[in-house]
Amino acid sequence: MNNYFHKNEETHPLTWRINNYKESVSIGEYENKRGYLALKFALKNLSPNEVISIVKDSKLKGRGGGGFLTGEKWNLIPKKKNSCEDIYLLCNADEMEPGTYKDRFLMERLPHLLLEGIILSAYAIQASFSYIFLREEYYLSKTLLEKSILEAKKKKYIGKNILNSGFNLEIFIHTGAGRYICGEETALINSLEGKRPNPRTKPPFPSQSGLWNKPTCVNNVETLSNIPAIILNGSKWYKNISKNDDTGTKLMGFSGKVKKPGIWELPFGIKAREILEDYAGGMKDGYYLKAWLPGGSGTGILTESYLDISMDFKSVYLAGSRLGTGISIAIDNEINIVSLLFNIETFFARESCGWCTPCREGLPWSLKILQDLKNKIGKPGDIEMLEKICKNLDVGKTFCAFAPGAVSPLYNAIKYFREEFENGIDFNGPNIKNKIFGIQSNNLNSI
Amino acid sequence: MKIMLNKVEKKFVIEELKKYKNPEASVVESLKFVQKRLRWISLDVMNEISRIISVPVSKIESIATFYNHIFRKPVGKNIVKYCDGVVCYINGYKKIKNVISKHLKIKPGQTTKDNKFTLIPICCLGNCNNSPTIMINENLFSNVNITSSIDILERIK
Repeated sequence: MNNYFHKNEETHPLTWRINNYKESVSIGEYENKRGYLALKFALKNLSPNEVISIVKDSKLKGRGGGGFLTGEKWNLIPKKKNSCEDIYLLCNADEMEPGTYKDRFLMERLPHLLLEGIILSAYAIQASFSYIFLREEYYLSKTLLEKSILEAKKKKYIGKNILNSGFNLEIFIHTGAGRYICGEETALINSLEGKRPNPRTKPPFPSQSGLWNKPTCVNNVETLSNIPAIILNGSKWYKNISKNDDTGTKLMGFSGKVKKPGIWELPFGIKAREILEDYAGGMKDGYYLKAWLPGGSGTGILTESYLDISMDFKSVYLAGSRLGTGISIAIDNEINIVSLLFNIETFFARESCGWCTPCREGLPWSLKILQDLKNKIGKPGDIEMLEKICKNLDVGKTFCAFAPGAVSPLYNAIKYFREEFENGIDFNGPNIKNKIFGIQSNNLNSI
Repeated sequence: MKIMLNKVEKKFVIEELKKYKNPEASVVESLKFVQKRLRWISLDVMNEISRIISVPVSKIESIATFYNHIFRKPVGKNIVKYCDGVVCYINGYKKIKNVISKHLKIKPGQTTKDNKFTLIPICCLGNCNNSPTIMINENLFSNVNITSSIDILERIK
């Protein structure tokens, strides 16, 4: 049953400190609940390498959607040779994926947990500067984080010679100006440098040459918030709280026309159906579930029959989608899939940075076709063209992961709801497209 | 008439420069700061910032035109943003958009004649558990419906 308010440190490392009165946990309250204890312990007893090896051993995976092992990512950062060398830790808080609201929840309710996570992570990779790249629209998060940074500075958790350990760290907040692509790690670095935020070519990877050509590590808010508990309780405990191979807990939830839309900290391996029925209270009266998006709008759409899959990186991948941010969206019976996809692709077409051709041209093209299908004036061959666009925007065909994410819900929607797409085709209308596949595609005189 | 930066803004632009390792990095923050008063970024503003921080105006423009929240045309006193993310779509943002649009007598992207309101769409505001959502300036309004969204607008001066 719903154990939203019955949490303990052992089972809910991220959220056990949140209070029932929906306010941000103050520094006093945080410290009373074993806050900053992991930091004190690590600075006194552990070397940076030991912190990395604990996190590596915990098998913590990045919670921004990529799922790369955090410890491994840290290990790629070259070891600091002298104290003047700059290493940067960037906290990715540019949460803009439609349907996702986990980072906002953490920053607004537990700002000090994130700060402790940042300080510990910076210590591990020996970074002396950390930027929180925050989405501009998260005004409340900004105010709370600014206040928390000042409080932590007063207590000597941030600044020079933290708790007399010789470790220095400055944390800055940098707010964006509203572009989804800034969440991509190399685009985020370009944006921070004041360049147009297009993704960068890899290699060199940010771990070698990132912000201002210095070694840089980019981690998501939720990933960083996991670090204090891992240091305090050990990697063995962390591995045991999940139900399967992916270790630890994950913020998961359901929104849409469900009775109690929300977000809960749950162990990996929980069934999506359990989240929907036990936590979100099932669908609202009069609605039933037609399809769902497992982790935000950049993840493949799945049908009701997939609700029994376990929520972890591998299982959702094998089901033909991605875990993504883990925040699921319920699509009810009243929603037309073509119109829904039109909404999703409008977002992606609008937000494409335009750097590479497949994404810049392909997404608006898919949008035009979807609009026709939505208005029931589609032409025969339109669905095949959509499939072709999906293929040409898939992994490896574009500069970054934006386009593959954008087309994955479309690809799956055609797979599972082809009928609805076919309903949008007007078989009596003119069909220009077939004619331009001639020897000379630009010769339209014969039409 | 040229729209120029005032003393406070000039100082901010210079101070912002010190926070970063390259002058370009300060551009977004400076533009946002100036925009708070002027409500939009004109070519004059960009020229002046360019002169102060020694970054070519073309570079500043390439940054200014990229971001959604840097406005290149004058906007109203209050920016009304409706979330058109997928969850708000499911929960019926279109009704809210239409009712606001009708009430203010403008389409998305336009400003009312009295320069009081500008209506624009916004990407998911991360408030999906309280959808549909609108944001007016820096204030978030959860679970809005047809009547409450008009009430909110009426209350704004």
